[in-house]
Amino acid sequence: MPTEVQPREHSPHRESSAREDVRLKDVSRSYGRERGGAIQAVAGVSLAVGRGELLAVVGPSGCGKTTLLELICGLQAPDRGSVTCAPAVLMPQRDLLLPWLSAIDNAALALRIARLSRVDARRRAATLFAELGLDGFEHAYPRELSGGMRQRVAFLRTLLSGKSVLCLDEPFGALDAITRVEMQEWLAQALAREPRTVVLVTHDVEEAIMLADRVAVLSPRPGRMIEELEVDIPHPRARTDAEVITLRERALLTLRLGGHR
Amino acid sequence: MRRRLLRALPAVLLAAALLAAWELYVDVAGVEGDLLPAPHAVVTALWESGDLVLRNFTVTAEEVVLGLGLALLSGFALAVMIHLSPLLRRAAYPLAVGSQAVPIPVIGVLLVFWWGFGIFPKLVVIALICFFPVLVTTVDGLAAVDPDQLKLLRTLDASRWQAFRFAELPAALPAALSGARIALTVGVIGAFIAETTTPTSGPYPGLGREIITDVNFQTPRAYAGTAVLFVFAIACFYTLSLAERKLAPWTTRQQGELHR
Repeated sequence: MPTEVQPREHSPHRESSAREDVRLKDVSRSYGRERGGAIQAVAGVSLAVGRGELLAVVGPSGCGKTTLLELICGLQAPDRGSVTCAPAVLMPQRDLLLPWLSAIDNAALALRIARLSRVDARRRAATLFAELGLDGFEHAYPRELSGGMRQRVAFLRTLLSGKSVLCLDEPFGALDAITRVEMQEWLAQALAREPRTVVLVTHDVEEAIMLADRVAVLSPRPGRMIEELEVDIPHPRARTDAEVITLRERALLTLRLGGHR
Repeated sequence: MRRRLLRALPAVLLAAALLAAWELYVDVAGVEGDLLPAPHAVVTALWESGDLVLRNFTVTAEEVVLGLGLALLSGFALAVMIHLSPLLRRAAYPLAVGSQAVPIPVIGVLLVFWWGFGIFPKLVVIALICFFPVLVTTVDGLAAVDPDQLKLLRTLDASRWQAFRFAELPAALPAALSGARIALTVGVIGAFIAETTTPTSGPYPGLGREIITDVNFQTPRAYAGTAVLFVFAIACFYTLSLAERKLAPWTTRQQGELHR
């Protein structure tokens, strides 16, 4: 598992090496030209995510976490630096389920876009749907589902896009505390069943440490990488594990100092 | 079925009360029958001229249904084109608005000159009157789609057509259907305007033309024809509401039916 960024030959965008699915090299991005000053979202960020690894990115609000994900997914181009990565898909903060499609059709949306017929798309989605605890909700409309269920369907839709990198943007940020913990356990199980390379953006340090192999801590805007923490704790992890608590406090301290040491 | 009948009860009671008041007013105030016929006189006229009213109604109903079909199609198609092309929006939208100010008699003769005494000029008049609400609501509905949803579709590699088919079209459907309901209620008066502005060669000119002929000398029969149009508009409106539940089920199914 790569822990530090190693210099490497520049490779073209949208391709990945055998071991790394995502590689950002000295990436900067700013927005707008209002009143002379542009807002710099991220500044000089370098990071790499190995195949099958889960990297959590934590940082204060407005530190450019979402920008980072959009850069990885190719929705934006960097102003400076290079982004090299395997096909990536974004699971946005809001679930954005289409209200006119049933849960199973929402989950199978990427398959429909890949021009499978409705029947075939549903059939392909059905197995995972049942395995991941959504049994019986196939034909419910999104508005009939609870927040947690909606996030599950949204995650399934992301999974079924068939891309090797999943970019999750605060997927459980809008859920209540109990549901959030349930969903974290559910996500860990889902990824154990369907391994992917994951970049998880969150402002919840505990969530990051419970789920991730590695945690990247960003500074306030403009986002810079100020620390990388290796989370070498076997699953299943408990919130009360001494190692979890130690890492959590260390990450929180780094966040509070914001890189000004 | 019984529940549906029960739901119609308030409307029936209100109509009955208004009819009773009308009957009483004509009787007490001694209003002349050719100024305002009493409800019982209207019923009698409908009974005596049932065949004539029915045949004319068939003509009008056909005009309304086909004319509305033309209006919905053209309004929806124009809305989609305007949505997809900002240039067309700037070019055509003001003209569409202006078209609503054109007094139909001005162009009635021209329509007959182009397409004769058949049904087609009437359909054009109805479509001209009715396409506008569909156009406006559909354009707004298409524009109101959540931009984040479009972005999501893009991350899933959707083409422009797929983004339209999976997001914009269904997002606009409820608004388009509301437009259709407005169009439908205007459609009946649209048929009346069509019949009175473009002459017909057939044996039955339609209820609108019949009403205009009757209003001075057969006033109760004119009212009978009006009553038929009145009920027809209501029937059309609720038929569309039923269709709406089939076309856009996600807007009507109640929360909590399957899950908390």
